[in-house]
Amino acid sequence: MDQILTLAAENLLSPIILFFALGFAAAYAKSDLTVPEAVAKAMSLYLLFAIGFKGGASVASHGVDTTLILSLVAGVVLSFLLPLLAFALLRVMSGLDVTNAAAVAAHYGSISIVTFVAGTSVLDSAGLAGEGFMVAVAAAMEAPAILAALWLIARYGDTSNNEGMDGELLREILLNGSIVLLIGSFLIGAITGADGLARIESFIVAPFQGVLCLFLLDMGLVAGRGLRSAAGVLRPGLLAFGIVMPLVGSVFGLAAGMLIGLSAGGVALFMILSASASYIAVPAAMRVALPEANPSIYLTLSLGITFPFNLTLGIPIYLAIARTVTGG
Amino acid sequence: MQTHKAKRVEIIIESMMERRLTEALRKADVTGYTILPVKGGSGRSGEWSRAGQVSRAGGMLAVVCIIRPDRLDALLEAAFAVVDRHIGVVSVTDCEVLRAERF
Repeated sequence: MDQILTLAAENLLSPIILFFALGFAAAYAKSDLTVPEAVAKAMSLYLLFAIGFKGGASVASHGVDTTLILSLVAGVVLSFLLPLLAFALLRVMSGLDVTNAAAVAAHYGSISIVTFVAGTSVLDSAGLAGEGFMVAVAAAMEAPAILAALWLIARYGDTSNNEGMDGELLREILLNGSIVLLIGSFLIGAITGADGLARIESFIVAPFQGVLCLFLLDMGLVAGRGLRSAAGVLRPGLLAFGIVMPLVGSVFGLAAGMLIGLSAGGVALFMILSASASYIAVPAAMRVALPEANPSIYLTLSLGITFPFNLTLGIPIYLAIARTVTGG
Repeated sequence: MQTHKAKRVEIIIESMMERRLTEALRKADVTGYTILPVKGGSGRSGEWSRAGQVSRAGGMLAVVCIIRPDRLDALLEAAFAVVDRHIGVVSVTDCEVLRAERF
């Protein structure tokens, strides 16, 4: 417990969290502080490029083994199963209708790449590195949750008002820009290895923390504005779900990481991935596939509640548990 | 100067539906349109601003088509099939154009 509190205190006073808090508070106080959309887009491209490349270079150094394959399989399975659990929890805790519950559930099976990036940063600060291939696991966990939500609708809901999955939507999900850049950078990092990393290290390593701070300032602004404008849609049961579900998800991530035999850092990253909720890929898919679902509910929950929770308290908790359990 | 009657159709729709809408318009032989970004607004779902959105999914855009009056029904049928269940506004106004052969 002491370890969790110490890590949480250190994390809360780190620049990335304080910048996120600054953005969140500024938006909540209706400040006119904004990060231009093009700048935010450029920073997100930089972070995906950097995290993907570093992950690939790490795999090149350590080699490919069965843990990589097992982690990918476990990621896909978790991404498909977590929405089923989230759906059941939502129906019990919040009484959401089937369509909205399925849409929210999809977000909690998929992942938040920004939470993952922030997690790797916290791990680095703690002197703990996860397996480089966890970047690929993050990418693999994006889409199966969407299929799980559509299956839930087909099984329990009314499909007449929803469009479901078509080839175009599947293509958009699998080839969305974030995934292409993340996997592409990962592969280039894996091909070029340590030599490639050495050539661009000054660009992707040293400025990383600063860019992440500025990016999280923008994320704080977005989360604060979203929470302020949609606070009325969140009932107590939904709010509780936004905190409980990441904790539940992290337990499944912990189990998967332990079964595969990942390092303490790898287990922590698996917990972070399983605990995080999507607010980029899944909302886009839900607007097309389940237009009847209310975006205010799923976006506010994932971005306004779960994302800040994971960023401030969740990551230190997962890291401390992973360290304790693995002895790392 | 000689002007010709035409219809101006403005469709405000979620960004995610852009490709589906323009594809439907092309199939209805509507090959001319302009796509404009939408900065914000207010409607049945409350206030909305582009600045508060984290991804393209939260964005809106306006597709503007100017066509001959006799082609209006085909355009509206194609557009409605796409926008029917989604957030958005479809409006039609009378307008005049200088070069009728282009529409």
